[in-house]
Amino acid sequence: MSLSFADLMPILPELFLACAGMVLLVLGALRGNSATPFIGKAVLISFVIAFLILLGVDWGGTSLLNDMLVMDQFAGFLKLLVLLGLMVSVALSFQYLDQIICQRFEYPILILFSGIGMMLMLSANDLLSLYVGLELQSLSLYVLASIRREHLRSAEAGMKYFILGAISSGMLLFGSSILYGFTGATNFEAIADALASDLTPGALIGMVFVLAGLAFKISAVPFHMWTPDVYEGAPTSVTAFFALVPKLAALGLIARLVFIALPAAQDQVMQILWLLAAASMTLGAFAGLAQENIKRLLAYSSIGNMGYAMIGIIAGSQDGVGAMIFYMAIYMIMTAGTFGIVLCMRRNGQAAERIEDLAGLSSNSPYLAYGLAILMFSMSGIPPLAGFFGKLVIFQAAVQAELYVLAVLGVLTSVVAAYYYLRLIKTMFFDDPADAFENEISFSRRAVMMISVLFILLFILKPSMLVDISVNAAGALFAG
Amino acid sequence: MIEFPVLSLLTFLPLIGAVLILTIRGEEAIVARNARWAALWVSGTTFLVSLYLLLQFDGTSGEFQFVENVEWFPALGLSYAMGIDGISLFFVLLSTFLTPICVLASWNSITKRVKEYMVAFLVLESFMIGTFCALDAVLFYIFFEGVLIPMFIIIGVWGGARRVYSAYKFFLYTLLGSVLMLLALLTLYHQTGTTNIPELMENPVGRDLQIWLWLAFFASFAVKMPMWPVHTWLPDAHVEAPTAGSVILAGVLLKMGGYGFLRFSLPMFPEASELFAPFVFWLSVIAIIYTSLVALVQEDMKKLIAYSSVAHMGYVTLGIFTFTAQGIDGAIFQMISHGVISGALFLCVGVVYDRLHTREIARYGGLVKNMPKYATVFMIMVLGSVGLPGTSGFVGEFLVLLAAFQVDTVIAALATTGIILGAAYMLMLYRRVVFGAQVNKDAAAMSDLNPREFWYFVPLVALVIWLGVQPGIVMDKVAPSTEKLVTLYQNRSIETAAAQDISEDSSEDPVRYEELNE
Repeated sequence: MSLSFADLMPILPELFLACAGMVLLVLGALRGNSATPFIGKAVLISFVIAFLILLGVDWGGTSLLNDMLVMDQFAGFLKLLVLLGLMVSVALSFQYLDQIICQRFEYPILILFSGIGMMLMLSANDLLSLYVGLELQSLSLYVLASIRREHLRSAEAGMKYFILGAISSGMLLFGSSILYGFTGATNFEAIADALASDLTPGALIGMVFVLAGLAFKISAVPFHMWTPDVYEGAPTSVTAFFALVPKLAALGLIARLVFIALPAAQDQVMQILWLLAAASMTLGAFAGLAQENIKRLLAYSSIGNMGYAMIGIIAGSQDGVGAMIFYMAIYMIMTAGTFGIVLCMRRNGQAAERIEDLAGLSSNSPYLAYGLAILMFSMSGIPPLAGFFGKLVIFQAAVQAELYVLAVLGVLTSVVAAYYYLRLIKTMFFDDPADAFENEISFSRRAVMMISVLFILLFILKPSMLVDISVNAAGALFAG
Repeated sequence: MIEFPVLSLLTFLPLIGAVLILTIRGEEAIVARNARWAALWVSGTTFLVSLYLLLQFDGTSGEFQFVENVEWFPALGLSYAMGIDGISLFFVLLSTFLTPICVLASWNSITKRVKEYMVAFLVLESFMIGTFCALDAVLFYIFFEGVLIPMFIIIGVWGGARRVYSAYKFFLYTLLGSVLMLLALLTLYHQTGTTNIPELMENPVGRDLQIWLWLAFFASFAVKMPMWPVHTWLPDAHVEAPTAGSVILAGVLLKMGGYGFLRFSLPMFPEASELFAPFVFWLSVIAIIYTSLVALVQEDMKKLIAYSSVAHMGYVTLGIFTFTAQGIDGAIFQMISHGVISGALFLCVGVVYDRLHTREIARYGGLVKNMPKYATVFMIMVLGSVGLPGTSGFVGEFLVLLAAFQVDTVIAALATTGIILGAAYMLMLYRRVVFGAQVNKDAAAMSDLNPREFWYFVPLVALVIWLGVQPGIVMDKVAPSTEKLVTLYQNRSIETAAAQDISEDSSEDPVRYEELNE
């Protein structure tokens, strides 16, 4: 079969990024670490260009490379979100890398490669392309976690992440091979057809392994063990990146796998996801209560939030998946702002990461404090902020699917989680002031925080648009 | 024809004011001064707008008026719907009336972060008005919940020694109740396909579902009200909040619970309401007697008044669940009157607290000698709280007890003991603070009300007596709406009774129903 360039058009953004990545890699190798600021900006610009290309690409559901990849509304919109998250991650890292004296040119390039991996994951329509995309992403993430290699915590985080990640990849591969063995196919649609005619126990076992491997990537309980340690140990800008994007891509992947490849096993899949979601929400809420380190706290918060997002998938409808996308978009925006502020927590040239370090922020730097307070109220799901609408739409999907137990559990854990979000507000506003943070904040970080907070505040004025787009994008999974 | 959206103006005027105040910059003292004046002007203007509302309101109709309906969130079927009827009108007025008084009461007692304080109060006002005007259930929820944010900050930043604990308790208690209501709202939407309150009133859901939904709404409103045994957040929040915070808390926020019962529980879940009425009665009676007894032994002035609030709210729930026009009218009147009286009582505490910085009853005594004006105001409010005929407190309690007596004699008799106990603890408080020997030198040296304080008490005193002598100004406008509510409710009961007669042989349900009702 001949391959023409026109066939590859749907993945043009990925191709562009890959080329840009290789050029920049060569440039970095020649010029050394001094080129990092330039490479960082170049990567940022590449993301912007890829974003624009993506807007021009056909989202009509074309599949390419022997059905390995597919480019539909779902992939398209999620890729846009991923690219936005990548831009924010890079923009947030500039000043931070400077401050921790960790100017390695690999840093932005690794983000770029992991970005390609995520975009491939979102388009993956085959167990093989799924694995390739996932590994491209994961390997870049392992290295990023340990990029401060002279720093013990960072190295430890990378190591932990790598070992556990390797196990989960192993499970994923194992599951894939069983699935292949029982269905004779790796293509999602072909698997669906095979399962529809004969749902063998063997295939179910394979499916369980695949889901377990993927659950690790979104740090769903009980596969969450790595998250707090990696969040805490990795450099903060890397943590921000971890919190922002990879989980969105992995959730998108799970949604596609569940609704395209495993519709015949829907009941079994939903049982598994139900347990994962319930456990994630509960643990994310309760374990977060005891945290002293703000990065660990956000790790548990993200575990809990994955639980809420999964409800959308469990609802099993177009509205449900739309709700999941919408929830993740809002969560991403809140997280971007939150990490922007966490990155500003520096005292005497050291990063301040404990919650008490926020004490009295409202008198030292009121704008940061108000920003963070708004974000935290939003995270707890208090109206009229955007976070409330995320939860509203998710719970509405749950109620529509009559998942009452999960919905009640969800709202109750959200009250528990509200306690630790409030704790940050309490520390900033009610406690006696500690020393001020270093107050130079770069333009890019300021921009990210401003946009995030304003979005959260003003979302209520025009809430429908983002929901409509999300639900529309989810339609691609339910067209057939 | 597009009418002028007066309710939106009313709701968002304070919010716009808050944004304007945020932009004030400069030296701290000047900012504080400007913020105070700006807040006073904004809240004063809002009050004037609400008076316009009162004048334009057609008191002969029980329908929703000043209705606005704009598409807002079609993806979820939500619309921006506003409108008021006789039930909500006076709660809106209460909010707009108390806010300028709160601003005045905080004039000198709040010295740090004045700008933020005023912003928080105006945002709070905005949400309060919105809660009472919203005609979309989710919009209602947004305002209802949104109140938590400014109130949390007000208690936590400007509160007393245990403010952090109290702020948390207030926030988490209320949130826990409310999230269940949110799920119930979503379920209602799922069943009926609308979140529009008037439409929901017309389309009741099935009986079994009603029971669950009623419980979910009850969780929210009972906490907000607060009813025994979930009232424990209130004494803490009241004691630690700054004076004006307590005023708003007691004056308006507690009424959201009662309003919720009237707006949601009764019309939307009539059968469940009837089923649970005895349960609510007993909770109300326990609240009335138990919290009155607790109030008797308090040493802290604010705590005493807080417990008295719980007792007074017991009459409200009692009145609402008699399902009679009398009882509901009485409950609404009791809420309005309690809003004014308890607000004024907290202000009375605030006056002496500003001077002596203690709320301990034993630290005062003999104030009548050095503060005659204060003693007079305080006395009027105490008598109002006791329910002396001629004050507004009498009308509501009397109507409620009258209605309760027709429904259940025992309950009414028990509830009446609350009035005696109420007289006991309030008069005791008054005697210990105002009469007796001047044992404390610093208390004896306190100055009487200054002009600012005097003038913000004038409208409160006037209102307590005016409403007591001429309750018709409120009742006439409320009555058509409650009548509509009661008729709607009774029609529903007749329908279900008829339906039950038909199905009596085939189902055991009516039997169980009877048992539970006894």
